[in-house]
Amino acid sequence: MAATVIVVLLAMTAFLLVRAWPAVRTAGGAFLTEQQWFPDANPPRFGIAALVWGTVISSVLALVVAVPVALGSALYVTEYARPAVGRWIGYLVDVLAAVPSVVYGLWGLLFLVPRMVPIQRFLAQHLGFLPFFENPDGMYGKSVFAASVILALMVLPIVAAVSREVFRQVPPDLREAALALGATRWEVIRTSVLPASVSGVIGAVILGLGRALGETIAVALVLAATFDVSLRILEPGGNTIAANIATKFGEAGQLGRSALIASGLVLFAITLVATMAARGVIRRTGVTAAGRP
Amino acid sequence: MSTRAGASILRSGRLGHAQAMAVTGGGVALAAVAFWLTPLQGRAGFLLVAYLAGVVAYLLAAARIEGRRSVVDRLAAVLMVTTVGICLLALGSVLVYTAVRGVKALDWYFLTHSMNGVGARDDAGGAYHAIVGTLQQVLLATLLAVPSGLLVAIYLTEYGRGRLASVVRTVIDVMVGIPSIVAGLFIYAFWVLGLGRGFSGFAAAMALAILMLPIVVRSAEEMIKLVPPELREAAYALGIPRWRAILRVVLPAASAGITTGVMLAVARVTGETAPLLLTAFGFDSINNDPFSGPQSSLPLFVFGQASSAFGAAVDRAWAGALTLIAVVLILTVAARLITRRNRLV
Repeated sequence: MAATVIVVLLAMTAFLLVRAWPAVRTAGGAFLTEQQWFPDANPPRFGIAALVWGTVISSVLALVVAVPVALGSALYVTEYARPAVGRWIGYLVDVLAAVPSVVYGLWGLLFLVPRMVPIQRFLAQHLGFLPFFENPDGMYGKSVFAASVILALMVLPIVAAVSREVFRQVPPDLREAALALGATRWEVIRTSVLPASVSGVIGAVILGLGRALGETIAVALVLAATFDVSLRILEPGGNTIAANIATKFGEAGQLGRSALIASGLVLFAITLVATMAARGVIRRTGVTAAGRP
Repeated sequence: MSTRAGASILRSGRLGHAQAMAVTGGGVALAAVAFWLTPLQGRAGFLLVAYLAGVVAYLLAAARIEGRRSVVDRLAAVLMVTTVGICLLALGSVLVYTAVRGVKALDWYFLTHSMNGVGARDDAGGAYHAIVGTLQQVLLATLLAVPSGLLVAIYLTEYGRGRLASVVRTVIDVMVGIPSIVAGLFIYAFWVLGLGRGFSGFAAAMALAILMLPIVVRSAEEMIKLVPPELREAAYALGIPRWRAILRVVLPAASAGITTGVMLAVARVTGETAPLLLTAFGFDSINNDPFSGPQSSLPLFVFGQASSAFGAAVDRAWAGALTLIAVVLILTVAARLITRRNRLV
């Protein structure tokens, strides 16, 4: 039985490789550098440059938003709150993880995006001199920034749950030693808790990154799909590998589907790197996040 | 005189609870006055300014009475409470907004009719076909993933030594990280195209099973590890063979925890949309046979309706989202309640 698990994973890679090969052969080196996505045109013209860029930039932005909030709430639960209160906050944050991604997408599209327009306009008007806040057309809405905030909500519970476990595993002796020296609660956190849990927290962040990289439906609903490599996160547009598969799959022809599978393999490879990195870091701390995807 | 000065060095003043409240309230009141007298306006703007003013007033009072270290400490506490507030606000607004918008179109008619022959603009149709699809697909996925997941977990905890076990552990870790759409692509490449079986509910169930398996294995492994060795040793002392000890002693002792893990896995895959696009594909009519022909499911239904620009379709999307959230949350809460009864944790 255990061996079949290995077979499944190998079969998965093999089948995807076989189905992806026609597209990769057709596109050649352009598969990595081309930004447009017209695999069923004649001649076919497609590549993953814009998709990989969009995937990475939206996931990294999501982490920038989510990690401080996740760490803050995890520290509150373990260091400040009374145990009963902390347990309830933990439950509620876990509920945030249980909300299906399609609901986040729907809520993001119809509730959050319209309400984020003023924030985006404010950023563009006051910080527009920074290249990534530039928005000369003055159009706001379905931007990479908005998608990242939705992604951040989905990443947050994972980072919070894992780092909560990490902070719990810091030996009480370390905290008590700092307290005995007259440290305030924040000084206990800064001098004892955080240094002891750095690698665990890094592992938690990478796990969150994995979730953000692979998220499909919420991004597909929120982003207005465009295919270009752009730094301007406030402009409508942008796309990710996963969202592109979801939106293009229905209309794709034979080569189109092969191209989508090839892009999926690239996504698989990217998340594999992230997973292995997280595994390496977390195994060293001995924290296991049972049942938490 | 000098003794009192010494005492004040050891025990400087302390900002009491009532004082802190008063000072913070003062800051908020100041913000209110500012919004009343100056051209500043807007509800969101007021909340932000009031929050900042309250925090600054609180910290200034702490600085005056208690000193710099205390200010840093209190600032950290304020920031942490704020992050918890952001989490709860986000959760609340997702749940409440979905509930408010969803209730509008959610009625008995919605739950008992399909979308057969209903146009995007028509104010009719429901999610019956999608509910049927979701139930069948998730049930099949559970039947596929839970027995095999349990076997893998038992292997890892009871028998797994050496190279094979460590490779299996790595594979499970990799599977946890597989993006759901890649699992869908695999079943599409393997079952739908490779074996030429076409789109079906069963194909969707297989993709969901791939996502469930590692969650089931991880949680079952943790729970089996928690079974006290004394129980096992007692069984061995009675001369019971290993397989019977596992079946009759270890698994029953861990059953509550394993059930929790399974229910969390079920809740997780019930909300999955991406792999279903490539395997079940979606269908507007009722298809009661999960083994042939495309099927719909609740997440697909919500996605399809949400992509439309018409009001009636968007109302249906919200109603579907509310149904989906209700199913997932009931499963999650039930799983938590079972955990609470679990004496091992």
